[in-house]
Amino acid sequence: MEPILSINNLTKKFGYLTAVKDLSFNINKGNVYGILGPNGSGKSTTLGIVLNVVNKTSGDFKWFNGTVTTHDALKRVGAIIENPNFYPYMTAAQNLKLVCKIKGVDYSKIDEKLEVVNLLDRKDHKFSSYSLGMKQRLAIASALLNDPEILILDEPTNGLDPQGIHQIRKIIKDIASEGTTILLASHLLDEVEKVCSHVVVLRKGEKLYSGRVDEMISSHGFFELKCENENELITYLESNPDFGSVKVENKLITAFLNEPMDAVTFNKLMFEKGIILSHLVKRKESLEEQFLQLTDKL
Amino acid sequence: MLRLLNLELQKLLLSRTSKILIFVSFVLPFTVLILSSIKINFFGFFTLELGELGIFNFPIIWHITTFFASQFKFFFAIVVVSMIGNEYSNKTLKQNLIDGLSKKEFILSKFYTIIFFSLVATLLIAVASFFIGLYYSSYTEASIIIRETNFLIAYFVKLVGFFSLCLFFGMLVKRSAFALAFLFILYILEWITFGIISWQSDMAFAEKIQNFFPLKSMYKLIDQPFQRVMMTKFPDKADLMYDYTVHWHEIVIVLCWTAIFIFLSYRLLKKRDL
Repeated sequence: MEPILSINNLTKKFGYLTAVKDLSFNINKGNVYGILGPNGSGKSTTLGIVLNVVNKTSGDFKWFNGTVTTHDALKRVGAIIENPNFYPYMTAAQNLKLVCKIKGVDYSKIDEKLEVVNLLDRKDHKFSSYSLGMKQRLAIASALLNDPEILILDEPTNGLDPQGIHQIRKIIKDIASEGTTILLASHLLDEVEKVCSHVVVLRKGEKLYSGRVDEMISSHGFFELKCENENELITYLESNPDFGSVKVENKLITAFLNEPMDAVTFNKLMFEKGIILSHLVKRKESLEEQFLQLTDKL
Repeated sequence: MLRLLNLELQKLLLSRTSKILIFVSFVLPFTVLILSSIKINFFGFFTLELGELGIFNFPIIWHITTFFASQFKFFFAIVVVSMIGNEYSNKTLKQNLIDGLSKKEFILSKFYTIIFFSLVATLLIAVASFFIGLYYSSYTEASIIIRETNFLIAYFVKLVGFFSLCLFFGMLVKRSAFALAFLFILYILEWITFGIISWQSDMAFAEKIQNFFPLKSMYKLIDQPFQRVMMTKFPDKADLMYDYTVHWHEIVIVLCWTAIFIFLSYRLLKKRDL
């Protein structure tokens, strides 16, 4: 697959604090990536480095296989970092015109992209009069101006109301469905789960995982069980090597699998042992649980 | 180059505050010049006509107009400082870089704007002085008109140098008001250093050193013209004699400072995490 961005052993220190530690990963064309991590895990710093606004301490990164310089590469990238930053005294259209001048894009794109984010009727209003949701949508329009090969979004729904979040997500999904590569940094896991196919997990500047979302932890899932005869069930589960830890919470027994096993086999097994289950669900960890498992591990 | 200039001009000319300041910094010296050139009648008591004093004669007019016009440079200095300060406070500097402007291009776009406005200011003053001179001057031979037009070059260099200094202070402290305060501090510092040197050695030596300081060297490009006007009135007074001509080494000093300030601004931006 064609790599768009490759990061090798990237490190950033702010004084004594190491914000990004020896980070390496690749972004390939056509996928939707999520960068996950708790606050302060180095997500924005990493994006800042590849976007040329933060200086790296060591390591390197390459845009488009290293064939172009970073600042030329950025003309093929669309990015929004944290808050939308525009000139408050200019109108939306004037602000986008300025971006066109920087990126060397034709002005005809302005109306087209404002249409995409539903701001065309407000294009001649001053940026300072916009609501946060509108500002964020304008930022997306601005990032899309050059029809970027990759769209980088850092916390795009931060501080928005539910409607705003919904609108932004819809826009992101539409863009993703057109085949644009997307890199989405967020700590909102359901957001990433809904949109991303690949994920990079960071904690304290270190990479914990990178790869497909569904392969994030080598887990075979778990059973949620209820039955009349709890103690007997728990004793059995603990003696069976196929099961790892067993947790009891509000009469709901959660048993984690060490080996793959489907619900039919398990049910049969229980029946043979004379344990009648009143509740049996097999589940895989949600992204949130997987994420917490990963980041809690020390 | 045009792209960068165009970029910066859009940022400036769409903002009402900087538009007003730019207008003031260009139009004010221009109006003062025009006003001073017309005959003012004070209710029949007396007529004030500056032209009669001979200050609008070629070639001295080049000296007079550039000296007074350069006093108005402070208005545009505010624009320069705020064009950096605003980029920081609106965080648009960060956005510009993300959008694909390089740090070098960012500094260059500011520098080109400085050159552009200094050039416009110089041309305006040149044209105005030329016509006022033609009207008042007793001598209008081409050779006399052209003499001392190097004051115009000095004026241009002075503006570019001063605004580059403002640009550097703007980059250094990121806030417009503080940057202007820094200018004032630098001014005081230069005089303190001058005081210390003249106290340790002698006045003449201290003055020589002082001519290398950034603000003083810019000031020194165009010396005050009052003494010269006096000289034309009393040509026999030898103690009024002073060196008012624009020297090439003075221009070189200011150009060096300009290069240093622009380079330092770039280094500062390059090293900084935004």
